[in-house]
Amino acid sequence: MNKTLLKVEPGKQELFIYREFDAPRDLVFKTFTDPKLLSQWMNPCNMTLHIDEFDAVDGGAYHFTHTDPMGGKHIFRGVIHEVNAPERLIRTFEYLNLPERGHVVLDTLRLETLPGNRTRLTIQSVFQSVADRDGMVAAGMEDGVSESHQLLDELLAKVTTRKLAMPNL
Amino acid sequence: MQTRRDVFQAIADPIRRDIIGLVARQSLNLNSIAENFPVSRPAISQHIKVLTECGLVIIRRQGRERYCEARLATLNQVADWMEPFRQMWDRRFTALDQLLEKMKSEQATKHNKRKRK
Repeated sequence: MNKTLLKVEPGKQELFIYREFDAPRDLVFKTFTDPKLLSQWMNPCNMTLHIDEFDAVDGGAYHFTHTDPMGGKHIFRGVIHEVNAPERLIRTFEYLNLPERGHVVLDTLRLETLPGNRTRLTIQSVFQSVADRDGMVAAGMEDGVSESHQLLDELLAKVTTRKLAMPNL
Repeated sequence: MQTRRDVFQAIADPIRRDIIGLVARQSLNLNSIAENFPVSRPAISQHIKVLTECGLVIIRRQGRERYCEARLATLNQVADWMEPFRQMWDRRFTALDQLLEKMKSEQATKHNKRKRK
């Protein structure tokens, strides 16, 4: 089982995400640069992802929209600084729904070949302040909290229907 | 503005992280803690105050002395805090695993067809 690991050290402006894949490096690299492939896995839970633009070349731009279940639109954009297939991708990232502009993240994605046709991904995200970084991680928490509430609702719904279907239990 | 008093505030400062490390091994009084740092005693005292307010250290009285004791369970909140963010990425990467499997089998099929020709 491939585990997703996170390194978020207190008081720092960066975070790291680590993951291994059972696929060769060139294939993994493609899934990060081909918009058709990217849209198949990047969407967060319960949101639809639309890639408005994704020009995976040095100096290219990207722009995508997440639509939440309430119809709210979340817009992300950035510039691709370097595409060095199949080992490195450097890009900026900004969430345009924030109350003010200017909170930009610098992401470096690195892919290493491992024995057995496996690949290790390391994402380093550097933020402009510790508060920016902690805010991003905390946003994941809000996401998770609402999702776990939803899971609980689904679970309760299942339990209720089962009770109705099998009144003897 | 209300001052933030939680585990993240507690560990945001390198001196406070070192103090936690020290008192995690054994309970110490203020003087013994202060000896380890090149900062003033009042500064250390202030850090310890923050640590107690954040729930990472408790002060126990023994006669005239006041000992600082670590309460490490609070640190688990840090991992809990990051967990949903990690899970978000884990869900994406699980979807990516499936996509990669599909791509691998497509590649293999193409390769076999070429071989047959």
